[in-house]
Formats: sequence, C-alpha cells, structure tokens
Amino acid sequence: MSDLRELYQQVILDHNKNPRNFREIPGASKTEGYNPLCGDHYSIFLQLDGDTIKDVSFTGNGCAISKASASVMSATVKGKSRDEAARLFDVFHRLVTGDPSGVDAVELERLAAFSGVSEFPARVKCATLAWHTLNAALKGEGTSVTTE
Amino acid sequence: MTLAISQTAGIDVNRVRRDFPILHNTVRGRQLVYLDNAATTQKPQQVIDRLVRYYREENSNVHRGVHYLSEVATAAYEGSRTVIQRFLNARSEKEIVITRGTTEGINLVAQTWGRTNVREGDEIVITALEHHSNIVPWQMLCAEKGATLRVAPVNDEGEVIVEEFAKLLNDRTKIVAFGHASNALGTINPVRQMTQLAHDAGAIVIIDGAQGVPHLPIDVQEIGCDFYAFSGHKVYGPTGIGALYGRESLLEAMPPWMGGGDMILSVSFEKTTYNALPYKFEAGTPNIADTIGLATALEYVAALGLENIASHEHDLLTYATDRLQEIDGLRIIGTARQKASVISFTLEGVHPHDIGTILDQEGIAIRTGHHCAQPLMMRFNVPATGRASFGVYNTRAEADALVEGLRKVIEVFR
Repeated sequence: MSDLRELYQQVILDHNKNPRNFREIPGASKTEGYNPLCGDHYSIFLQLDGDTIKDVSFTGNGCAISKASASVMSATVKGKSRDEAARLFDVFHRLVTGDPSGVDAVELERLAAFSGVSEFPARVKCATLAWHTLNAALKGEGTSVTTE
Repeated sequence: MTLAISQTAGIDVNRVRRDFPILHNTVRGRQLVYLDNAATTQKPQQVIDRLVRYYREENSNVHRGVHYLSEVATAAYEGSRTVIQRFLNARSEKEIVITRGTTEGINLVAQTWGRTNVREGDEIVITALEHHSNIVPWQMLCAEKGATLRVAPVNDEGEVIVEEFAKLLNDRTKIVAFGHASNALGTINPVRQMTQLAHDAGAIVIIDGAQGVPHLPIDVQEIGCDFYAFSGHKVYGPTGIGALYGRESLLEAMPPWMGGGDMILSVSFEKTTYNALPYKFEAGTPNIADTIGLATALEYVAALGLENIASHEHDLLTYATDRLQEIDGLRIIGTARQKASVISFTLEGVHPHDIGTILDQEGIAIRTGHHCAQPLMMRFNVPATGRASFGVYNTRAEADALVEGLRKVIEVFR
C-alpha cells in the first residue's frame, strides 16, 4: 500500500473530489486534451491579459490523477506569466518522470503531491494531460492535443 | 496469497492451471490474478511447445518447395486449416481464410465483397454493441460508396433490441455485421435469429466472433451466417493470427484483396490468373508457425470441451456477479440474460483507471477504459468502465481476490 499512498496523496484525492476552477470561462480560448486510449478528455479555458494568465479553468473527466493535476495546475498558474507557466510545466514534467534535477521543492508547493507518479510510468500521461493542453493553448498550437 | 482451487462441472481447474506457466508467476510480489481474458488469453504449454517444435524441426516455406521440410511445413499448415474448419463446422477447408485476426477478417470482407457490391444509397446495419473493429471498416466503406451506416440500439441491460434491429432491415440493406458476444459487456447476441432476419431482407451477414469462439461452441452452418471472423489470441492461441470463415459461393465470386505470391496460379505482365480458394485471399508467405499454434490451441480447447468451458465460465460469472454486488457503489454495466464471462463495472467516485492501478498493485489484472467501444460507453453514459473477464483457468478464489482488491480501492479513496 505504501506506493499507492505515495501516488494517491491527500492533495490529489482532495483535488479529485473537489476540483478547483472546474468551470467554463465564457469568451475564453478553449483547447481540448485527449488520451485516446483511456478516453480521458478535458477542455482548458484560458484568458490572457497581455503576457499574464488572467484566468484559467477546465471541464471534462478522467481519472483522479488527471483531474487533480488539471485542478492543481489551474490554481498554480493563475496570475503567472507565460514563461513562468512554461517553466513550471518543465519542472512538473521532470518531477513525474523521475528526473528531479533542478526541481526546487519550495517552488513546487502543491505540485510536489505528484512525485509518486514517477513510480507508475503508465500514469505519467494522466498527470501531464492538462499541462500539455495548457502548453498548446499558450502557444496557440491548434485546439486539440493528446498525450499518446 | 494462496488461491484455493475448486472444481466445477467437467473442468479440473487445478489441472488446467498447470498447463499455463504464466499463471504461476508473481507480479509486484503477488500471485498473478489474470482477469483480462477478453483482451487476450494466456497460452498453454502445449501451444508454446508446438511453436518451438515448428521452429526447431519443421520451419520452411509452404506450398512451393519440393524438399522434405517444405512438405512437413505444408502438411502442418494445411492440417491446421482442417482443424479450424472442423472447429467452426465449415463445409470445406476452402471456406477458411487464414488472417492476422478478427480485424483483418472484417476488413477483408468490407474491401472485397463490400467494395464490389455496395453502392450509393445502400445501407449497412451494425449494432450499438460493436467493437471499433466492427464499426470503422463499415464507416470507411460507406464513405467511399455513399452508403449509410445504421445502428440497432440496445436496451438498458445491454441487449440488442431485436424488434428495432429488424425495423432497420430493408431492400437497401446489403451487409449486416454484429458481434457474437460483446467484448465490453459480455452480451451474447441471438446470432441465429439475427442472421435469419438479415437474410430475409436479402443482406449478407458477417459475425465478429472474437468473443464467441473462446466461450461458445461454434457451428457456422447452424448459425447460417455468410462470414465469421475470429482471433487466435483470444482462444489461448498466438497473437497476430486468426481466421475468416466465408461461404464458398461468396468467396468464389469475390475479387482478391491483396496481390502477391501464393494467391496466383500464373502471372504474366498481360494477365494474372488467381489461385483457387482459399489461397486467392492469402497473398504472401503466411504466418505458418502461429497458424499451427492456433490449431493446437483449438485442439486444446476442444479436448477440454466447449460445453465444459462454457459451464465453468458461467459458474464464475454468476459467482463473481453476486460477490461484486456486495460492494456499495458498484454498478454492473451489462446485465443481459445471455452473457459471456465478462463483467463491466463502475465504482462510485472512483475512475476505472485508478481502480486498475490499485488492483495492479495487488497482482490483479483487469482492463480499464472504453474497451474499443466508445459509442457503447456513451449509450450507458460512462466514459469508461473496469472490466473483469474470466477464462477457463480462473477460479472462484480469484473472483474473491477481485472483491478484496476493490475493497482496498474504496479504502484508498474513502
């Protein structure tokens, strides 16, 4: 059970049950993220103010890891600049793929709850789906991405 | 965990389990509990040994050599076709085309019979239960020909509503395609009745038998269908091998699909004469070893007795269904009266992927996701389900292990 408790940390269970920013933003840009093999599907709504993420939210469904990740991500990047968001994605990606070099524990805050994912390679794509979708939204790379 | 072994009607599970080496392995430090048989089945030592013997003692190309090994390989390959023919009770070996699996069989029919006979305004009828492999080839054919795909609905139990199915059939219906048993819900279709209705409307019938062959005695003449496709790996045989039964008169009239060696009688740059059935549909060197492995698997299953297997699996289905219903918040999707040993379920507040990960830590393998049947998932308003599917080597103790595993899932998520 110890690996499972590492994976399903309280922060993840909480965000899965009560996801933050789980709503649409009328008029905001909308980008879809899919895991075709799993059927996971989220829409990320993004509102920029110049270079700053003014508001971000999501709808859709998937497993606890993907939903909690979308929720924590939305809470983390709101108010951040594009560059900061991109850097956080990089740090998060290294965390969940087990490459902690340059990962600053303080900076991670809530993201640290996903450290257990690195022990479950099949679940990395769940943890990163919302981030990949946000990344595409920030880069304006079309309206649909997948992590498979 | 030590699994207590019980014996049910006609099947000595303990003895069967000894034939499957992988079942005695541990995964993640636990005794493997393999409940993903609708995805693929494990292989008995007899099949593994046969593949090894072929490569060690018989390997050669078929239908062309005059030397000893080629004769041996050809005899083993063609002997395997006879085993498949008898297993399905086809009239002749000419009606058995070796394929890579069910998907290839369905595509073969779509691309040959379909492209020759389906025209603009025609209709192809499938059911809401279908696997993507029995949806997409027909969509592709419809798009090419300007034909329409029509889908017979299912009721809340996951059974095809036969009256609604019958209403879709008319003189525009050219092809009717449905599964023998649903991979996602386990529903066994009334294939004989559905075939009769389709024939009455003048359509041809192809049955996706991927989930039928492992669980039910098959008699294509008794069913009356025109085509029946299945996969070896779902019936304890190798992956990448399967067969398509086709009615001889239809196969005779169909153009070949792939061109190449083995499917020709003579080739010149002006004119090529195609080979006789079934070789017309077997271009290139076939998958000889796995065809022989498939025949070995069918012989293994036949020796156990399809009736015995069906009865053993039905016992597991009934037992596991009752035990799963003890769990608060567990909903079984698919409660047809006639079911193969497949149980699809959801657990309130827990996504199936999380169920799958937690069970995996207990050594329990189930499938989670949409089971390549996304339209069916939509019908039941679920994005995905967990699916436990039982094979001939599974035991009641393994159903108990699943229930205990699900209690751990609830504990984690409470």
